[in-house]
Amino acid sequence: MNLIEDENYKVSYQQEDALVVFSGTLRLGGMSEYAPIVECLQKAVSETGSLTLNLKDLDFLNSSGIAMLSKFVISARNKEDFELSILGSNETPWQEKSLKNLQRLMPSLTLRLE
Amino acid sequence: MNEVFGEFEEIRPEQGTEHMSLAFKPSSVPLKQRWRNNGLSADFLGDYLTTFFPKKSDDPKTVKKQAVVRDAATYIANELLENAMKYSNEDGNILNSINLTLMEDRLVFTEINGITKQQEMDFKAFIDELENNDPDELFMKKLEESAMSDSSSGLGYLTMLNDYQATLGWQFDDASGEHKVTTRVVISI
Repeated sequence: MNLIEDENYKVSYQQEDALVVFSGTLRLGGMSEYAPIVECLQKAVSETGSLTLNLKDLDFLNSSGIAMLSKFVISARNKEDFELSILGSNETPWQEKSLKNLQRLMPSLTLRLE
Repeated sequence: MNEVFGEFEEIRPEQGTEHMSLAFKPSSVPLKQRWRNNGLSADFLGDYLTTFFPKKSDDPKTVKKQAVVRDAATYIANELLENAMKYSNEDGNILNSINLTLMEDRLVFTEINGITKQQEMDFKAFIDELENNDPDELFMKKLEESAMSDSSSGLGYLTMLNDYQATLGWQFDDASGEHKVTTRVVISI
């Protein structure tokens, strides 16, 4: 398992389940600080044909984080036949508001809010 | 010089039922060290508001309402504080400040910071882009562009417009001898 974390957030890539789980509060200072997470996600895309991002426990994401996720979704879109699923929570308002934009970037993306 | 762009409503904090201001000196400690204060301040503003939107255990709508108001306040305040920290004149004397005013049916955020002449020109160019494009199309264009570059500039305002249905306005003035921008964001609650 690959893990990136600090006192506010955790991102874990569980290779055996083709799953990346985000939790906590992500408000890093710009795209460059998101680079390790982007690298982890790119690695996951290169290792599998389908991947799920579980964001249910991600309480907060700043706009640089939204840019980071968009960048990742676009790279997944560019990989032929790649299946991407995003799991969110309908009890977390930012997820209800903003995750649909990712689906607009990649219409084949499966978005589930529960 | 006093220039206004967007929907800049004249609102005095005393018009609201409650208001709160926080102010920071831009050059007091290095940016990296101050960055965490954005989150702390935004969380504080969001948490403070929850008092006025109490949850009632027998009414799920009140639970949702509190979560929505807190989330919007925290997101918008954090973006305004991050912008002010990244794009303010660190050599000036103007404090970065944020005010949150609770009105009957609206939340009003007012962020003030000093800027350099160059920052002012860049900011006005962005506002011009916002005013001359469909916000939804511009938002998707900026998301696509984020894949090509390491910049996420402007996305904060575009999420406020598109995802939080905010109205945005700006006032630039140099009455104090330094360039200053006041950003006003209003959302319905």
